[in-house]
Amino acid sequence: MAEEEGEKEVTLLGTWSSPFVLRVKWALRIKGVEYTYVEEDLRNKSPQLLQYNPVHKKVPVLVHRGRAIAESSVILHYIDEAWPHHPLLPHHPYEKAMARFWCKFEDDKLSPPLWRVLTTQAEEQREAHASAIESLGLLENELEGKKFFGGQTIGLVDVWFGALAYIIPIYEEITGLKLVEQRKLPRLCRWMEEFLSSPAVEGTLPPKDMLLPRYAAMREAFLAKAKRPEQQ
Amino acid sequence: MAEVKLLGKWPCPYVLRARVALQLKKVEYEYLEEELGGKSELLLKSNPVHKKIPVLIHRGRPLCESLIIVQYIDEAWLAAPSLLPASAHDRAFHRFWAAYFDDKLSPLLTRLRNGERGRANEEAAEGVKLLEEAFVRLSEGKGFFGGDEIGYLDITIGCHLGWIRVTERLMGFKLIEEAKVPGLAGWAERFCAHEAVQGIMPETEKLMEIFQLAQIHMKRSKR
Repeated sequence: MAEEEGEKEVTLLGTWSSPFVLRVKWALRIKGVEYTYVEEDLRNKSPQLLQYNPVHKKVPVLVHRGRAIAESSVILHYIDEAWPHHPLLPHHPYEKAMARFWCKFEDDKLSPPLWRVLTTQAEEQREAHASAIESLGLLENELEGKKFFGGQTIGLVDVWFGALAYIIPIYEEITGLKLVEQRKLPRLCRWMEEFLSSPAVEGTLPPKDMLLPRYAAMREAFLAKAKRPEQQ
Repeated sequence: MAEVKLLGKWPCPYVLRARVALQLKKVEYEYLEEELGGKSELLLKSNPVHKKIPVLIHRGRPLCESLIIVQYIDEAWLAAPSLLPASAHDRAFHRFWAAYFDDKLSPLLTRLRNGERGRANEEAAEGVKLLEEAFVRLSEGKGFFGGDEIGYLDITIGCHLGWIRVTERLMGFKLIEEAKVPGLAGWAERFCAHEAVQGIMPETEKLMEIFQLAQIHMKRSKR
C-alpha cells in the first residue's frame, strides 16, 4: 500500500525564501501533518508546478490525495478544514470573520507600505513608513490582553502575520528605519519573540545571512529602476 | 432597532454580494443607503479602518469586506442554502476562483472601463475562458457554480455582472458571449433572473449613467 511504501499523501511545493510557503509549513506543523516538501526553482518551473497551478504558476501549492490547492489563504483554510484538530480559526462566526478581516488588513494596509519602505526612498519612503507605523499601531491594539492574535495559542492571524516577525528586522537593518520599537509597540515586540520561539516556527526560518542580501538586492534593483524611467 | 443592518450604495457590486447572501438566507435586514460621494457618521464609526461599504452590523457588531461578510452570513445563519459546499476540497475551489476574480479579473475590468485596450482585451478574454472551465467543472451540469442553488462563487462573480455589462458596452465587445462561453452565458441569465437577485441588481443603464457622471467629474477635478 502507498503509505507503507513511505509515500506521504500530502506534498508542498515551495521555495526556501517565500513567506507565503512558510505560512503553509507552520499550519501543517501545528496540525501535525506529515508532508513531502518539493523545492521549486521559479526561474525554471517544473512540469509538476505548471500542472498543479496552471492559472498562477506560483508557490505555495499543496497537493492532498492528488488534488492541488493554490493561494496561501485558500490553502490555510483548507488545512484548517481538512484537519479540524488544533483549529486555526475561532469557532464563533463573528470572531472567525474578525480573524479573516485581520488577514485582509495585512494584505491591504500593511504589506504594501512595508514593501514601499524597502523599495523606495525620500518622500515616498517617508510616507510609506508613516503608513506602516499606523497599521502596526492597530495590530498593537489588537494584541491587548493576548499572547497571540489567536489568544493563548497560535491561530490563523498569527500564521498570516508570522513572516513579519523575521522580515521586519531585516527591513530595519537594510533601510535604517525603525518599524517596531520596544517602547512604542511593546506588545508587538513581545509577540514577535513568542512567535519566533514557538515549536511550530522553530527551525523553519530561512537563514538570515541568505535573506538579508536577497532583500538588499531587491532594494537596489527597485531604486535603480526608479532612476531610469525612460527604460520602463 | 433592526438586528441586522447593511450600509451600502446601490451601484456597488460588493454591497450587492452582501444583499444577495442575506436574501438567499431569508434574513430580515435594514438597508441603509449611503449618499454617493459622502460617508455617514455610522459608516465612519463602524468601519474606521477602511471607511468603506459594505458594512454589516449584526447585534451592534460591525463587519466589513464583502467576501468576509458573505462567509459570515453563511456561518451565522445556518438555514439552507449553504453558500459554500460541504467538502474542504470543493470549498477551496470556490475560494480560489473567488480570489482569482477579485485579484485578477476585477481590476482588469476596471482598467478596461478606463480605456485600456490591446493586451488587456486578450487578458480579459483569457480570464473569462478560465471562468468558463471552472463553471463547467464546478456546476457538474447544474445551473450554478454552487450546483442547484446560488453559492459563494456565484455571488462573488454574479454581483459584478452589471459592471461587466457596462465594460462590454464601453469596449464595444462582449466578454460573456454565448458562442464563446456558453456555460457562463446561460449562468449569467439565470443569476440575474434569480429571485434573490432580481429587484436589487441595479440596471445596466443606471450604472452607465453613474460611470459617465463620475468620468466627467474626474476630468473636471483634474483641470
